[in-house]
Amino acid sequence: MDQNIIELVDLTKKYGSVIAVDHLNLSVKKGEIFGLLGPNGAGKSTTILMMLGFTEPTSGWVKVCDINSTTNPIEVKRKVGYLPEDVRFYDDLTGMENLIYTARLNRISDEEAGQKTKDLLIRVGLLDDMNKKAGKYSRGMCQRLGLADVLIKNPEIIILDEPTLGIDPLGVQEFLELILKLKKEKGLTVVLSSHHLHQVQQICDRVGLFISGKLLAEGDISSLSRKLFSDGTFITEAGILPNSLVTSDSLQVTNNLERLVENVKSIQSVISINVSNNVMQIGCSRDLTADIARVIVESGAGLSFLLKKEYGLDEIYNRYFEGGVNHE
Amino acid sequence: MNKFITKAQIERGNSHPFIVIVNKEISDHVRSWRFNILIVILVLTCFGSMYTSLTNISKVADVQGNNSSFLFLNLFTLSDGTLPSFIVFISFLGPLLGISLGFDAINSEQNRGTLSRIMAQPIHRDYLLNAKFLSALIVIGIMFFAMGFLVMGLGILTIGIPPTEEEFLRIVFFILISILYVAFWLNLSILLSIQFRQTATSALACIAIWLFFSVFYHLIVNLISKANLPAETASPQQVINYQKFILNLLRLEPDRLYNEATTTLLMPSVRSLGPLSMEQVHGTIPGLLPLGQSIMIVWPQLTGLLAATIVCFALSYVSFMRKEIRSR
Repeated sequence: MDQNIIELVDLTKKYGSVIAVDHLNLSVKKGEIFGLLGPNGAGKSTTILMMLGFTEPTSGWVKVCDINSTTNPIEVKRKVGYLPEDVRFYDDLTGMENLIYTARLNRISDEEAGQKTKDLLIRVGLLDDMNKKAGKYSRGMCQRLGLADVLIKNPEIIILDEPTLGIDPLGVQEFLELILKLKKEKGLTVVLSSHHLHQVQQICDRVGLFISGKLLAEGDISSLSRKLFSDGTFITEAGILPNSLVTSDSLQVTNNLERLVENVKSIQSVISINVSNNVMQIGCSRDLTADIARVIVESGAGLSFLLKKEYGLDEIYNRYFEGGVNHE
Repeated sequence: MNKFITKAQIERGNSHPFIVIVNKEISDHVRSWRFNILIVILVLTCFGSMYTSLTNISKVADVQGNNSSFLFLNLFTLSDGTLPSFIVFISFLGPLLGISLGFDAINSEQNRGTLSRIMAQPIHRDYLLNAKFLSALIVIGIMFFAMGFLVMGLGILTIGIPPTEEEFLRIVFFILISILYVAFWLNLSILLSIQFRQTATSALACIAIWLFFSVFYHLIVNLISKANLPAETASPQQVINYQKFILNLLRLEPDRLYNEATTTLLMPSVRSLGPLSMEQVHGTIPGLLPLGQSIMIVWPQLTGLLAATIVCFALSYVSFMRKEIRSR
């Protein structure tokens, strides 16, 4: 399982004086879902292009399944399925015909291709639309057809470039679940790029954070966020109405507050609590918003607001930038 | 190991990916509106020029009297001035045909977002380029042969004289040269479709080149020839050199090469394409050249056309092989 199936060594790509990918070292293990995360223009797509031999690296090399992608792209493409960003199909062919065309390009015989496309279309939930022209497909349908298109050649690795871009939240959920299922059933290695951390963090085994062509950090999400947010992954802020705690004397206020903190702390999975200016900052290892609300209200305190703080990619970057400055 | 893979693939009895792409491209051409409109235009041309030549052919036959060999070829060359003859039509419409079949060959795939999907399949990059060229050429070839034979057939029906073997061969050669001529424009437009990302830009660039050669180039050559006009006292040698210089300037234009080649083939009385001195003409018996001799005369023209085609193809090959395939 620990075998490296994709290896990037000292990979650099320059466009004129602009460095798109800067001495990148990265390896992806067999059977894992690896997320390339980063803002637009961070070099994710360029890295993927170099993995497939679509563009030549300025220096360094890429090996996929022990094959050099720059010198032997055909062999790499036999083993790798690639779903481009914003995938499109031939508009005047039906979804089925598009898949059969891809199958033929992979030298799959027509009988086999017919059976296989049907299976895959059922799998991605497009069986009812298979005789519709691909030009009439919606964005989400295109993406699902794209996944079927990638899987038709029985790849060992699939590379998805921004697979969740432009799909509605429900579609994203379904799409990601589909990928997860496929990975489990077929033992696929999946590399996907995205700039929506919270969308992909639920399925990625490991992620690499990119910024301006460099890999900032690499590792599984929980260890990354543990490193970043030592007080827990989920942070919930609760505002307490000060007058709800007031009884006759000021000592009572502190006692009431302490009791409240104790009560909240007793909820399972709560890691830390900070109180300042009537705002409790509660760190917990999973989403406990509902439990926290119940406990506060049951304790007799007034709850003025409850805010689930989510850490987006921006915040992670910000943290990393701060960290980076400190290190230097 | 490699041998086994290829053998296994052959045993599965599947067509080569290159043939698969060619098939698809041909069916795309045949189904496209653009191609069908062109067919209608060409068929109209065919009948229009047939009409003019048939109404005038009796006069020619009268003039030629018994010496009416190669009467049949007049079907392609004869005109009364109201409508151009078949060869003039083809030399005018040929570039249009080539340009319209090639100007969006690569950039439309890129704009539709299908290029990177096709390139992610285990096929060589040049398959796509070669297939685009070959499929358009096959379509054009079939169309030209169909039209040439249509004119011949109608000619046999109306004038009642079947073509001789040599006439038939001359017509076949004429069609082959026409295909070569269109192939040049096809390659030029494919080259521009790789260079420009917008289909409108590449189409306009092609048409601009075509207009330059068909309109402005003559004006420029005219200017040059007037500026260099030899004095009245110039020696015959100087005059001949001057004539040759102007002719060679004109021959830089593909249209000119095509016209010289086709008129020589279809008019066996043409003995030379350059100036002839009295010495050379003296003592010759006015007569018709055999096919072999006619081809000898136009051999340089054919080589020139072929060379221009190959140069365009090589340039597009080089630029496509090194192109970076971005998803859009």
